[in-house]
Amino acid sequence: MTVGSELFKIADLAVEFDTYGGVVQAVRGISFSVSKGQTLAIVGESGCGKSVSVQSMMGLIPIPPGRITSGSALLKGHEILGRSVIRGKEIRGSEIGMIFQDPMTSLNPTMTIGDQIAEPLQVHRGYSYREAFREAIKLLDMTKIPEAAKRAKQYPFEFSGGMLQRAMIAMAISCKPSILIADEPTTALDVTIQAQILDLMQDLQKETEMAIILITHDLGVVARMADEVAVMYAGKIVEHGTVEDVFYRSAHPYTLGLRAAMPTNDPEKQSVLEPIQGSPPDLFSPPPGCGYCARCPWSMSICESQHPEDYYLNEGHYTRCWMHHRESPLKPAELYFE
Amino acid sequence: MVNITEVPILETENLTRYFDIGGKQIVHAVDGVSISVSEKEILGLVGESGSGKSTFGKVVLGLHPKTKGTVKFRGQALPRKYNSADFQKWSQKMQMIFQDPYSSLNPRMTAGEIIGEGLRLQTNLKNNQIKEKVSDWLLRVGLQSDHMSRYPHEFSGGQRQRIGIARALILEPDFVVCDEPISALDVSVQAQVINLLGDLKETMGLTLIFIAHDLSMVRYVSDRMAVMYLGSIVEVGKADQVYFDPKHPYTNILVGSNPEPDPREERNRPSTAIRGEIPSPVNVAPGCRFANRCPNVEEICSRVTPNLLPLKDVERQVACHLFN
Repeated sequence: MTVGSELFKIADLAVEFDTYGGVVQAVRGISFSVSKGQTLAIVGESGCGKSVSVQSMMGLIPIPPGRITSGSALLKGHEILGRSVIRGKEIRGSEIGMIFQDPMTSLNPTMTIGDQIAEPLQVHRGYSYREAFREAIKLLDMTKIPEAAKRAKQYPFEFSGGMLQRAMIAMAISCKPSILIADEPTTALDVTIQAQILDLMQDLQKETEMAIILITHDLGVVARMADEVAVMYAGKIVEHGTVEDVFYRSAHPYTLGLRAAMPTNDPEKQSVLEPIQGSPPDLFSPPPGCGYCARCPWSMSICESQHPEDYYLNEGHYTRCWMHHRESPLKPAELYFE
Repeated sequence: MVNITEVPILETENLTRYFDIGGKQIVHAVDGVSISVSEKEILGLVGESGSGKSTFGKVVLGLHPKTKGTVKFRGQALPRKYNSADFQKWSQKMQMIFQDPYSSLNPRMTAGEIIGEGLRLQTNLKNNQIKEKVSDWLLRVGLQSDHMSRYPHEFSGGQRQRIGIARALILEPDFVVCDEPISALDVSVQAQVINLLGDLKETMGLTLIFIAHDLSMVRYVSDRMAVMYLGSIVEVGKADQVYFDPKHPYTNILVGSNPEPDPREERNRPSTAIRGEIPSPVNVAPGCRFANRCPNVEEICSRVTPNLLPLKDVERQVACHLFN
């Protein structure tokens, strides 16, 4: 978290959507940063705003009904919110590459894989079709697709899910972006293929030193990939720290709840699964206090009425929970088992 | 007198289901599966997508006719192809909980109608008695009785899965196939549904086949675990033992690929990422199905199909030439 190495910095980003039912406050003021060669994982359950937050900074949410109500996103010191070009370079595709959850529906079924990978190179880098297609074959080779030259001439329906995800990664990294955003890249894949894709992403990161923002709900994937972790709940980041901090010194009841709800593979520690009761709050009218208080086993009266501030446990590890206030009657150290 | 506990509640022998997709192409979805399930046991079934686990569950319940082989329920053979009287008879004993709580509930029926439909078709209960039972079951699965008049779209994913569970269990079956009951749900809600299933299993004395691709969850839930690959079972044993001491090379890779929510452990593990993908189940060639991806492949593997045989020193069945 040293300031000098920050590549990308989001501050106080808030996003709303107008719907028939009212205004949904999908993202309610989040801040984070990533550095070169690092992986930040954003974890949370469906509807917590993790996908919307990255889509909004990429300019991928429809406006209207979407609306970015506040915040800034600085890439190498340049504001990118509401813009598509910085320093003469397109942001999307060129500076930031993105891969999506479902490779089957994210690719164009009427274009060959090679053409789809070549397209950003033609658009952003001014390559001729021939050059771009040759580069596309190289990229397919880099993402370890066998017989790349033959495969490049095939259509998405001729690829399996894992192969499509590789093709999508090839497309995302084609213009050597400084950041790769991966929105649930392996959720639709089997564990064996997931392991292949995660290995591939790590290898590419080592080679190109790109930063990765990985959105996922799978704590196993986080444990494997992340340097830093941001845990999101109801549109806010409730805990942020290094992967060691978040897993071994969890400070927020939601992080603890998530961990207790998953089976551990340590037979010594295995007790019963402790589900988190209830469901996330309605973001049409988010609670005035902590979003998690209705499900929190330790909630206090202040939790319902006031937002907790950031409590730093060490440099870079903060949580938003009233229990960490110095006057709190509940002492987290006594309540948490670790 | 026959000792009932010694007859398994369910026994399949050489159970096979092929799909003819035309042009002399035959999909070997389930290919000669022989397995038995004891009373009150939870058998976990894991494997990649396309390994035939869901088809196996459906063939067992008669939702697909059997191509070959038999299924016996408490010693009684089930028909090869069900007619409506067979469904009438067996759906009281055997039920299924489906994967997708969004598409498996009829959007034009209320929760009460969905849950009560089985009773209406299978029993002579009067409307108000059915209503009473439905309201009872709504409470048992952690919903409220006034949810009866709501439609599926008014519920969250976890709540819909609870409706699916109530629908399957209201006839008080003895045997239930749970086909990926939690994979569409968030982590925090998965545990709620798993614990609910566990409680109901205890109180009702259910026997379950639990199909999932989440290995940690299957290990946690099941007594025994069976690993499927391309239509056949490659390893069966006690769930913990199969997970912590896998024998078949495929199980080994599957367990190794399963990320654990523990950064230190996860990073210190050698990567076991496997090459290639599950091959097509169309017109499967003889020999071990895993041979083309197996790190320990030998000459015999591509010629002779290994049988699922018990190991000598551990309570385990493995289909691999390395152990025979």
